[in-house]
Amino acid sequence: MERLLVSPSPHLHTKTSTKSLMRDVVIAMIPAVIVSVLFYGWSELLVLGVSVASCVLLEYLITKYLLKRPCTVGDMSAVVTGILLALNLPATTPWWVVFIGAVVAIGVAKMTFGGLGQNLFNPAIVGRVFLLISFPTYMTDWTRPQGFIGGGLDGLSGATPLGLAKEGGVAAIEGLDYMDMLFYNIGGSAGELSAIAILAGFVYLLARRVIRPYITLSILATVAVFSGIFWAINPAEYTDPVFNLLTGGVLLGSVFMATDYVTSPMSNVGGIIFGVGIGIITMLIRYFGAYPEGMSFAILIMNSVVPLINKVCHAKKYGRA
Amino acid sequence: MGKFQLITKGLIKENPTFVLLLGMCPTLATTTSAINGMSMGLATLFVLVLSNMAISLIAPYIPDKVRIPSYIVVIATFVTLLQFVMQAYVPDIYETLGLFIPLIVVNCIVLGRAEAFANKNGVIDSACDGIGIGLGFTLSLTVLGLVREILGSGSAFGFKFIEGDGILAFVLAPGAFLALGYLIVIFRKLTTKKAE
Repeated sequence: MERLLVSPSPHLHTKTSTKSLMRDVVIAMIPAVIVSVLFYGWSELLVLGVSVASCVLLEYLITKYLLKRPCTVGDMSAVVTGILLALNLPATTPWWVVFIGAVVAIGVAKMTFGGLGQNLFNPAIVGRVFLLISFPTYMTDWTRPQGFIGGGLDGLSGATPLGLAKEGGVAAIEGLDYMDMLFYNIGGSAGELSAIAILAGFVYLLARRVIRPYITLSILATVAVFSGIFWAINPAEYTDPVFNLLTGGVLLGSVFMATDYVTSPMSNVGGIIFGVGIGIITMLIRYFGAYPEGMSFAILIMNSVVPLINKVCHAKKYGRA
Repeated sequence: MGKFQLITKGLIKENPTFVLLLGMCPTLATTTSAINGMSMGLATLFVLVLSNMAISLIAPYIPDKVRIPSYIVVIATFVTLLQFVMQAYVPDIYETLGLFIPLIVVNCIVLGRAEAFANKNGVIDSACDGIGIGLGFTLSLTVLGLVREILGSGSAFGFKFIEGDGILAFVLAPGAFLALGYLIVIFRKLTTKKAE
């Protein structure tokens, strides 16, 4: 007769693992990747390839030879970081700049802190910001390379909508069409091309219950309300809410980067505080800062206060009111 | 402890930058190039040796309650001297280091050695201690400056070996923190291995 097994709960386990979650995130990013490759062509493929390959390779080398630990490449988090880093760069970034970004993202921001689960800051954004302050010329070169469709949309180096607004105020962006921004943006980092593609990824992540909507929605709502107030007061000076939601890194950052498990608060209330903070800082930088876009800085700043938010918003214990 | 050990302990065992983590403000701010780092280190070395000697001489006569202000006066005297000398003979470096020369007065390495060593040891020993710690500081600032210069502007001691700019972040403040952090890691790794 078979013996009964005695063990403490939990007895039922879900099949969810780090790997399955990361795979879902990769799937969610596919629409944005496809759009960027279609419109930016071979140069975007090169950026993507170099970024993913060097992130995975670096994680392998660091865990194997420097830390001498079990290799963590299998959890696919390096792949996610690689794709995110590539989506955060202009399609024209030279391969060695992408590689330096990967070194900073994986080596400095992730493995120095102890690998996945212990990094204080989102690795892909650390990589992007490091490149932004190190190579300002490459990182603001918005030349549109020849794509597979869209006829290359000329080889001119067009400023991003946010860059135009920073330089010339509201008058400079008058001719821009919101439908263009929704389907394929006017210029910017590769992943910011299409709002629809990113939203498709957001819906997939929600449907698969990989992320909860609080962080993303509170960022978007804060950006809309903040810019709405300023726009209502003085529409000649400040850009309108729809423009601010559709341009730059707000969508990409709020869907894929602010929702990173490791670097965002654990509770729903904490997530809302986190999101409101990101929204406010982003809009402050856009309206009053020196840079045209502030999403990456905002996420990093709020990343650093996540431990404090977690401390304030911890869950109540059962049975104690 | 022999005179020789007094000098060498400042280089490795009690290296002010990588082990004691003292004097971080000039360390981070002035090491944008190897030359700048080395000049800052040598300036501190000069003040450190002279103030250590002077303080070890007058320490027995200073009442305990006012010792810190007295040390500051002594150190400030040597810093003023140094400032005039640098202004006269190396005006370029004086311009680059700027505010950080007068700030040596409140450098915690100088005050720390006065308080921890010079006021209870003889003149010669204090001078050796000053030389050791000062050389350790100079060496680490030069190394940090060299690393930041190579990565940040693609040159070493002013000789450029690549076209254009390097990784600009290393010339700016964030690069100073990153480079210092990784140098401390490497330094610890190397020195602890030696101890085993």
